[in-house]
Amino acid sequence: MYAIEFQNVGFYYSSTDENDVRRKNYVLEGLDFAVEKGAFVALLGRNGSGKSTLARLVNGLLKPAAGKVSVFGLDTADKNNLFEIRKKAGMIFQNPDNQQIASIVEDDIAFGPENIAMPREKIAAAIDAALKATDMEKFRKSEVAKLSGGQKQRVAIAGAIAIEPEILIMDESTSMLDPKGRREVMEVARTLNKEKGMTVIDITHYMDEAAEADYVYVLDGGTIRLKGTPKEVFDKKEVLRACGLELPRAALIAEKLRRAGVPLSPDILDTEKLAEELCESLRKN
Amino acid sequence: MLGDVTFGQYYNARSFLHKTDPRTKILLLIAYIVAVFIAQNFLSLAAVLVFLIVAIIFSSVPLGSVLRSVKAIFFLILFMFVLNVLFHVKKEGETVYFWVVTKEGLISASFLSARLILLVTGSSLLTLTTTPVSLTDGIESLLKPLNLVKFPVHDLALVMSIALRFIPTLANETDRIISAQKARGADFESGNIFSRIKALVPVLIPLIISALRRADELGDAMDARCYTGSKNRTKYKKLTFTFRDIVATLFVAALITGVVFLNIY
Repeated sequence: MYAIEFQNVGFYYSSTDENDVRRKNYVLEGLDFAVEKGAFVALLGRNGSGKSTLARLVNGLLKPAAGKVSVFGLDTADKNNLFEIRKKAGMIFQNPDNQQIASIVEDDIAFGPENIAMPREKIAAAIDAALKATDMEKFRKSEVAKLSGGQKQRVAIAGAIAIEPEILIMDESTSMLDPKGRREVMEVARTLNKEKGMTVIDITHYMDEAAEADYVYVLDGGTIRLKGTPKEVFDKKEVLRACGLELPRAALIAEKLRRAGVPLSPDILDTEKLAEELCESLRKN
Repeated sequence: MLGDVTFGQYYNARSFLHKTDPRTKILLLIAYIVAVFIAQNFLSLAAVLVFLIVAIIFSSVPLGSVLRSVKAIFFLILFMFVLNVLFHVKKEGETVYFWVVTKEGLISASFLSARLILLVTGSSLLTLTTTPVSLTDGIESLLKPLNLVKFPVHDLALVMSIALRFIPTLANETDRIISAQKARGADFESGNIFSRIKALVPVLIPLIISALRRADELGDAMDARCYTGSKNRTKYKKLTFTFRDIVATLFVAALITGVVFLNIY
């Protein structure tokens, strides 16, 4: 069974034009894909490409207008499934300020476990585990308002994983953070993926984040234009550019260096690989 | 600057009163207020004062912080004092100092002012020694019986805790909007009171819009975290009574007995 399955999914927002005629503005059309359990998927796309809509379709915050979305076989269109689906698919949002409901970190993390009626004794253990996984143990009694953006997002992740979901959806969760905060949050997401086998859907417009995922989906004009491993996707530079996206920075530099005659392999996506190959070629000369 | 505002005036310490259960503190505050109002003469008010001093010592809050609440309503007290002196109904045989000012008028005005000061200082001890979060927990727990008449106690408590959570966020936002409007040439400092209030409109409108947007996102975040309302929820924090609550209750009981006794005496 797939963790997430989209079958011919469409979604539109309706609006009325000046002649009072109802119009359907399609945001997503004919989406067909499936995500294996334990995969780290980066979803790329420019503003307005339907990324966030897609994220909200996964855990049933939005219902598909056409087709079917299922999470571990549960149909999101069925209201009775929503509670189970949200237990399995945790989500963190873009704005670090708008996700905590309590003033104190531990009270906020307790919110999810309380909602699924976890017994009191287990909640404390769940909070401990969530804080440990996000490296926020020191901040257990801190006030949410006094944390940095990256720390707030880590509290949001802790809040989401306290109910032990199998999927973590990150809806541009790093876009409002500084580079340090972004690194911290991605570190946590990758560790959860590797060590706990959590399926991660990372919606982003940072190419560097996508370069480190297992799979990359490129969304444009409401459909998936490219799908594959980072190597496969970033190989199709022309399609990427047509979708309003650029290559990861390391790949861009490598491309320019190659053109200038430096012998580098064509599949460089991250800074480490680039540095390694550059050192290698320096050593040879 | 506004971002430093945390709700209320909580004074961080680990005293006896800080560790007392919030429910006890709320109920005892009500009892204390009753004691202040049933006190009929200066002697029983003195008993209340003694109790208050003991309570302040047990709270380890510096006197300055406690008296700040009195400072805040100083003019109200003064106003009330003056009114009471001026409108004191004169009876036969009262000592007139000058014009309508009588000895008895001054005494009754002082009595009322003393009562008000004791009232405000006592109440401020609750907010000084209880975090907003545990105050909310206490109120929720005390209002629980209202569940029987279908009053949404849990929802009310959740609304209160979310409001508390967003005070610093919205205070920061206000700061930012004010700066943004100043950068566009808005003037908040000159003009009379009316034009200053009017100048705040361009701050309030973006603030309200942003608050609504935040509420929308927070709603999604709550849904995503399996929130389905008050049914079938557990609670992480449990309030428990300790020996402190018994000691505090005994103190207040002693206060009320003392006041009643001194009233008759």
